[in-house]
Amino acid sequence: MHELSIISSVVDSVMESLAAYPGARVKEVRLRVGALAAVVEDSLQFCYGIATEDTPLAGSVLVVKTLPVRVHCVPCGQDVEIESLQSFRCPVCGEPAADLRQGRELEIESIEIEEAEEAVGP
Amino acid sequence: MTTRIVELRRGILKKNDELAAGLRQRFTAAGVLVVNLVSSPGTGKTALLERTLRDLRTRGLRVAALVGDLETDNDARRLAASGAPVRQINTHGICHLEAEMVGKHLEGWELGGLDYLFIENVGNLVCPSSYDLGERIRVVLLSVTEGEDKPLKYPTMFNSADAAVITKMDIAEPCGFDRALALKNINEIRPGIRVFETSAKTGSGMEEWLDYLVEERGLER
Ligand SMILES: Nc1nc2c(ncn2[C@@H]2O[C@H](COP(=O)(O)OP(=O)(O)OP(=O)(O)O)[C@@H](O)[C@H]2O)c(=O)[nH]1
Ligand SMILES: [Mg+2]
Ligand SMILES: [Zn+2]
Ligand SMILES: [Zn+2]
Repeated sequence: MHELSIISSVVDSVMESLAAYPGARVKEVRLRVGALAAVVEDSLQFCYGIATEDTPLAGSVLVVKTLPVRVHCVPCGQDVEIESLQSFRCPVCGEPAADLRQGRELEIESIEIEEAEEAVGP
Repeated sequence: MTTRIVELRRGILKKNDELAAGLRQRFTAAGVLVVNLVSSPGTGKTALLERTLRDLRTRGLRVAALVGDLETDNDARRLAASGAPVRQINTHGICHLEAEMVGKHLEGWELGGLDYLFIENVGNLVCPSSYDLGERIRVVLLSVTEGEDKPLKYPTMFNSADAAVITKMDIAEPCGFDRALALKNINEIRPGIRVFETSAKTGSGMEEWLDYLVEERGLER
């Protein structure tokens, strides 16, 4: 249950950020997840529903943006997107490419909140 | 009601990453080479380590091990038979090790007195790949009985490894192990990775693996 511990960290982190916005409710949480991060979106969504119950995040939407895997191809001298996770090769020249530039991300990008009437943001 | 977007741009495993970075600094300062061993359950992590600890000690090197286990202390007892200091990390059901668990279990150990610290992760090819433990080298193990396509099924783990060991080579033939295919698959996921082929039963391939560890330790200084 890797996804549950990931979602718990997301909830903790969002709660921390909410301290600056007293009374605010969360509408949306956006994640950036690399295709190589070894997490399954369905499972994240399932855990999110459970982990946000009875918190200011309850009922909010979890948006997961998947980032493709990019590697640096030495012969081509540029970063390229691989076509399959089963083959770390440059799709342009076909050479093996070991230098990973994107794909392992596991980040909270942003949150959308609804502030209480009288609250003033920092 | 006003709606507002708050940019966070924060790593979800930031806490673990920070603790791991702290550990890595300590390890580097102490001059101890830390190796994290990952594989499916039963691939032979403990068996490889039993020999590795014994053989490195025979070469006069100072070694220690931390071993993660869901419930038992069987692996820790097997490893302690080598005479090396060994500590068990009981994860109580958590399917991977985290930097915090490693940090806690180092208390009281004089890292400067060690040449190598091996960490046997929990048998699992999925989440240990996401948790940095502060290691210098991550080694993924694949046994001849578990299918040559393991690297293709678990690209995250194989891609994040610094070296790979094919274990149980003594039974490769009866298992119909396709060595060329396994090597091709490993290289497809992690081009150029060093691959060792060992048997903890017969000791075959151990020299090359140990030489690699000694070489890497040389780079540390
Ligand atoms: N024939 C043969 N059997 C081996 C070898 N290495 C390990 N085994 C056997 O494989 C089984 C599992 O080995 P372990 O070393 O306990 O595997 P592990 O990866 O530490 O397992 P977990 O800690 O449970 O994930 C044991 O029955 C070992 O005797 C080997 O090189 N050859
Ligand atoms: Mg073991
Ligand atoms: Zn190319
Ligand atoms: Zn886990």
